[in-house]
Amino acid sequence: MCKTATINKIIPMSLVDGPGNRTAIFFQGCNFNCSYCHNPETIKKCINCGVCVSHCPVGALKMIDGKAIWDENKCIDCDTCIKVCPHGSTPKTHEYTVDDLMEKIEENIPFIEGITTSGGECTLNFEFLEELFTKVKSLGLTSLVDTNGFISLKSPIMDGLVKAADGFMLDIKSMNEDEHIKLTGRSNKTVIENAVYLASIGKLQEIRTVLIEGHKNRETVENITKLLKPYPNLTYKLISYRPFGVREEFLELKSIGQKEKEELKEIVIANGIKVIDC
Amino acid sequence: MEIFDKVEDIKKEVMNTIENQSLTYEQQTYRLSKIAENVMDYPILKNDLFYEMYNKGKICDLDEGHAPYAPRYILPDYEKLLREGSEFLRLTPAKNLRQAINSLLIFYHHVPSITRFPVYIGSLDTLLEPFVDEVNDDVIEEIKLFLIQLDRTINDSFCHANIGPYETKVGNIILDIIGELQNVTPNMTLLYDSEITPDNFAEKAIKASLDSANPAFANLSYYKKDFNGIPFGIASCYNALPTTGGAFTLSRIRLNKIADDSKDIDDFINRELPKVVDTLLHFMESKIDFLVNKTSFFESNFLVREGFVKLENFVGLFGVVGLHECIETLSAKEGKTLVLGTDKEAKELGVKIMDQVEELVNNFTSKYSPVWNNKFMLHAQVGAANDKGTTAGTRIQIGKEPDIYQHIRTAARLQQYFPSGTGDHFPFESTAEKNPKAILDIFRGAFKLNMRYISCYKEDGDLIRVTGYLVKKSDLEKFNRGEQVSYDTVQYAQDPLNEYGILERKVQNV
Repeated sequence: MCKTATINKIIPMSLVDGPGNRTAIFFQGCNFNCSYCHNPETIKKCINCGVCVSHCPVGALKMIDGKAIWDENKCIDCDTCIKVCPHGSTPKTHEYTVDDLMEKIEENIPFIEGITTSGGECTLNFEFLEELFTKVKSLGLTSLVDTNGFISLKSPIMDGLVKAADGFMLDIKSMNEDEHIKLTGRSNKTVIENAVYLASIGKLQEIRTVLIEGHKNRETVENITKLLKPYPNLTYKLISYRPFGVREEFLELKSIGQKEKEELKEIVIANGIKVIDC
Repeated sequence: MEIFDKVEDIKKEVMNTIENQSLTYEQQTYRLSKIAENVMDYPILKNDLFYEMYNKGKICDLDEGHAPYAPRYILPDYEKLLREGSEFLRLTPAKNLRQAINSLLIFYHHVPSITRFPVYIGSLDTLLEPFVDEVNDDVIEEIKLFLIQLDRTINDSFCHANIGPYETKVGNIILDIIGELQNVTPNMTLLYDSEITPDNFAEKAIKASLDSANPAFANLSYYKKDFNGIPFGIASCYNALPTTGGAFTLSRIRLNKIADDSKDIDDFINRELPKVVDTLLHFMESKIDFLVNKTSFFESNFLVREGFVKLENFVGLFGVVGLHECIETLSAKEGKTLVLGTDKEAKELGVKIMDQVEELVNNFTSKYSPVWNNKFMLHAQVGAANDKGTTAGTRIQIGKEPDIYQHIRTAARLQQYFPSGTGDHFPFESTAEKNPKAILDIFRGAFKLNMRYISCYKEDGDLIRVTGYLVKKSDLEKFNRGEQVSYDTVQYAQDPLNEYGILERKVQNV
């Protein structure tokens, strides 16, 4: 298995990544390329081209053995490296073994009830996650996965991860296949299958949709909630789009109005699903 | 220290008070009585070392007044009142909710304290629960009016109510309505025990505190160990004190000012600190002597005569402030820059200092306080006028706060020295309202580390916890403009908010 994973960020205290207080871990690398991504630099992995190194105003980046190495203590978070990256990536990542990551997580005990892995797309590191979650569980903590659901979780190789995780939070970007491809560059087929599969085994913690003006929001909300109607105790987070951190070319996107949102909330509730307005 | 040398000086101060347009009539009356009290001599000799240390800022008596004629904090036995009534107040045992509330409100009016208002009004849920069979609109209205009456007549947010640890109907009603009421009084504490207090009730309390800065959380099982069967309550800012008793007096040392006058750590620990602590202990003992033996309170007050309080249940509070700056000063004298909350060595020095304070205070035997083995209780005092540059108790200085986990780890270690009260307060981004369980997780973690007392409030709310008490930012703005505000505490909040940076506390991003 892969011995390390590339981690973009660890947030020791997160109140917005699942129930209770959690340590949120953001993995680098994603198999989607969503237009409204809030942290697009997490999509591609650094190819160590070194362009950023000379631009760093405080000398926090160095090329060592052909790799762009980031010194977190020197860094002033000006994000110049991200702005100049010709590849749309970031050098501000660290390679972690499971044990190194466990050490970071243990520092946050007794304040957290668990961890949430996010991204990027964390399930690309499924073997790493399985081992991590097993160790996390032995400390009495829970593990949640925040995923785009593109990799089929029904596949036998994902079984270990699904068993080790306490729950999944799944983005339903669009139930309309064409719109989904336009938005993410990929099909929504496995996403929808995963939603139903996870709900059926009681591991779908939450679904969410980012609402954007002009998108087929109603179709998405209506179809997914109808599909998940048989599974009680689900939560649907309806998120108004905010333009923080998105790439310049997508800045013209707008959220839907409150009236439309209220109508969508009613649809969710009518299908027996709990709604959270974000 | 207010010393009047001439009758003319007294007249001038009386006139200043009468002319002052920003004081209410009640506030003027209180000030006039304080001037009369301060015409008296201190209950110590004129050549006592106290005066020199006072002038250097090493010792502070919190301007309690020169001739104390009632204990500083009084925690009456309110259960007895509802069970038996009071002969002096011509109150009979309460038979229903209206009678209970009526008796309490009448009784509160007659409980003195340093602020002239009761600093402890009891465990409201435990007191009222026996009178509530079912929750209906009438009951909710009664309790709401009770809370409004408290806020509008007890004009001081040092007044403290307790709730918990059990979930009760009354506790639920209170937590449900305090967000809407937005009252500064009473200050409230949830006596929290994760084994007893249900999660949903505790989460409701967190939600209420984000909204209204009330209630704070006290680590009940930890306090129970200290008090070892002695009934206690949380009064004033966050002071844990024996009920049917209270505290005679509270004076304090400013560790940072003592450090200023020390050559190095050794000189501080072994020479300067012992001198100051000894001086303050004897000052306090003299003050208590005066209160117990020369004044009428313990002879004739109905609270004593009818057994609502007992002399043996009163303690002396030995306060401490300025540990943060003390560590900075002492480490600078050794050529280091140690910051409490950031440097491990700073915390170790803090522990060394507090070990010594604890030992010195516990080595003194008072003639009073059998309830506390004739010792004074250590108290993390939270600040007063002239405290610019002196951080409250053993807190980390505002502006130097590390991340919340490290903050709590440091605070929890240092809070352990203070059985009679200490606390830390954390403002959160308002998004935290969507996930109160997360803050409960953090509080529970803190209590596992033996933190005693912790609270939260919403960054952009009107109500905030200043040092221990509550104030509305909007009221302070009024007071800054010279307008009257009905409660006294806004005066005390003026310096902390305008000058000591309380509004600059690190906000916890979620």
